[in-house]
Amino acid sequence: MQTQVQKSRAQNRARHRDFLHLILIAAAIAIPVVAALSLYALINGSVDSIQAFGFRFLTGTQWVPNPPNGGPPILGALPAIYGSVVTTIIALLFAVPISLGIALFQSELAPSKLRLPSIFLVELLAAVPSVVYGLWGLLFLVPFMSQYVDPGLLNTLGFIPIFSGQSNGLGMLTAGVILAIMIIPYGAAVMREVITAVPRSQREACIALGGTTWETMRMAVIPYASTGIIAAIVLAMGRAIGETMAVTMVIGNVARITPSLFLPAETIPSVIANEFTEVAGNNIYMAALFELGLILFAVAFVMNFIGRLLIKKLTFTGRMTHV
Amino acid sequence: MFSSVGSRRFINRLFVVCASVAFLIALVPLLSILYQTILKGYGALNGDFFTKITPPIGGGGGGIINAIEGSLVMVAIASLIGIPLGLFAGAYLYEYPGRIADNFRLVAEVLTGVPSIVTGIVVYVVIVATLHRFSAISGGIALSFMMIPIVAISTNESLKLVPSSIKEGGLALGVSRSKTLVYILVSTAKSGIVTGIALSVARIFGETAPLLFTALGNQFMMSSVFDPAESMTVLIYEYGTSPYANAHAFAWGAALILLLIVLGLNVVVRFASRLKPTVAI
Repeated sequence: MQTQVQKSRAQNRARHRDFLHLILIAAAIAIPVVAALSLYALINGSVDSIQAFGFRFLTGTQWVPNPPNGGPPILGALPAIYGSVVTTIIALLFAVPISLGIALFQSELAPSKLRLPSIFLVELLAAVPSVVYGLWGLLFLVPFMSQYVDPGLLNTLGFIPIFSGQSNGLGMLTAGVILAIMIIPYGAAVMREVITAVPRSQREACIALGGTTWETMRMAVIPYASTGIIAAIVLAMGRAIGETMAVTMVIGNVARITPSLFLPAETIPSVIANEFTEVAGNNIYMAALFELGLILFAVAFVMNFIGRLLIKKLTFTGRMTHV
Repeated sequence: MFSSVGSRRFINRLFVVCASVAFLIALVPLLSILYQTILKGYGALNGDFFTKITPPIGGGGGGIINAIEGSLVMVAIASLIGIPLGLFAGAYLYEYPGRIADNFRLVAEVLTGVPSIVTGIVVYVVIVATLHRFSAISGGIALSFMMIPIVAISTNESLKLVPSSIKEGGLALGVSRSKTLVYILVSTAKSGIVTGIALSVARIFGETAPLLFTALGNQFMMSSVFDPAESMTVLIYEYGTSPYANAHAFAWGAALILLLIVLGLNVVVRFASRLKPTVAI
């Protein structure tokens, strides 16, 4: 027979559990709510622009929010999309090999005493705020590029259109370089995780056959980790496309499509950052900026989704779940 | 399959050198940023810098006390919202494993990849346009949107690292699920959870883009959280992109303080956890 005391204890316990778990459920709902709210706000905000421009928004090359003759705004996002694509490609060209090198160094080559400190230093690079990268980029890297790098490229490779034009340091090349610096730590961290997760037996098999460290990497480790490495590249790409402050500060912000990497351009996030406070009652203009935000959200969503799904496929040991 | 021993050895050496150089290349910008910021920011620091409000861009004198105030207030608001929600959501993901939790987790992961400028315009619509004013509150909410998924994921990860035998020990003794969660699981995973929270605070301290259209900026001290707020990051952006040399010096000074706070927090947290690599969120 249950005594009174036992009964109330049991009730207490049930109540305690219910209350705490209700809080947990309530809090967890915050996650989909934030996502849904974002999607709703972006779609709702861009309706005017979608109605006015339709698909031409993505292909239009003109960006004239306030035409001088007082007509309706002509807004095409292609220059911003072009700038985003080009700067991201430049960033990946630098960042992918360097990230892979860092990941291999940290997981395979570094002496055990150096391993953790080297990871720590690369993590510190990731911790530097975007706006500080921007300040350093604008006041140090931009003059450096315009004085040394850009003229050097112009003099040696100037016959290629991408290295033509008079440089003042502000442009897609500088933006791509700074983007590369910013995504290297992230790419390296994810790649290091997937490479560390490669089973020892893979390495040992190749070493037993007489393979050198490099041959072990090339024939056993990298092929085994290739899905994860691709995932890392996709995730880093998602970061690069959305990066705002540092790029805004060094890209020069001009809406045009030019082959020259030395000339000022713009990216999707830089247009939003620069122009959002200037819309002042111009509803279509504002909606167009929201549509840019929607594009950015969709691209980042897809990149992250693909990247994480690829990584999930690797998760047989539960190791990679936290990337 | 294998070519001559000499060339294989050479290629291997080349690989070792390339990978090591890749690591050294990553250190160059880190050192350059630290060097430049200390070199150019140090001169801006004086008594006024920490006690006076900002001068108009290009003007002389003044300090950044209003920006420090704004940053601290907004990070505090974000923490008040983001830490409990993230913590509880992370515990939910652990307590209720299954399809729903998997999907929530995936959404949280994707949210950490959403560009912060997008969070800025979302909060502009949801809060700023509703209240008809830029304010520290909306800036804080924008930062909390970034914080919730980060804290949820890192809490979830830390809880998962607790050996299941410890949890089962609690349950076998007849301890309720809630008490097991609070007194056994969370207390065992405490250091990981605190690390995640501290790093997320450091991260949002350095955020600029979500504040541009939510907190806007303020040349003076706030009288309430419903006033527009200056922040150290927006100050660096605005003064750094202006054409005036003394504004640049100001931006470097603010960047030095910001780096000291953000990197300082990172260094402390990582040394406390003995340099154990943190989750790449």
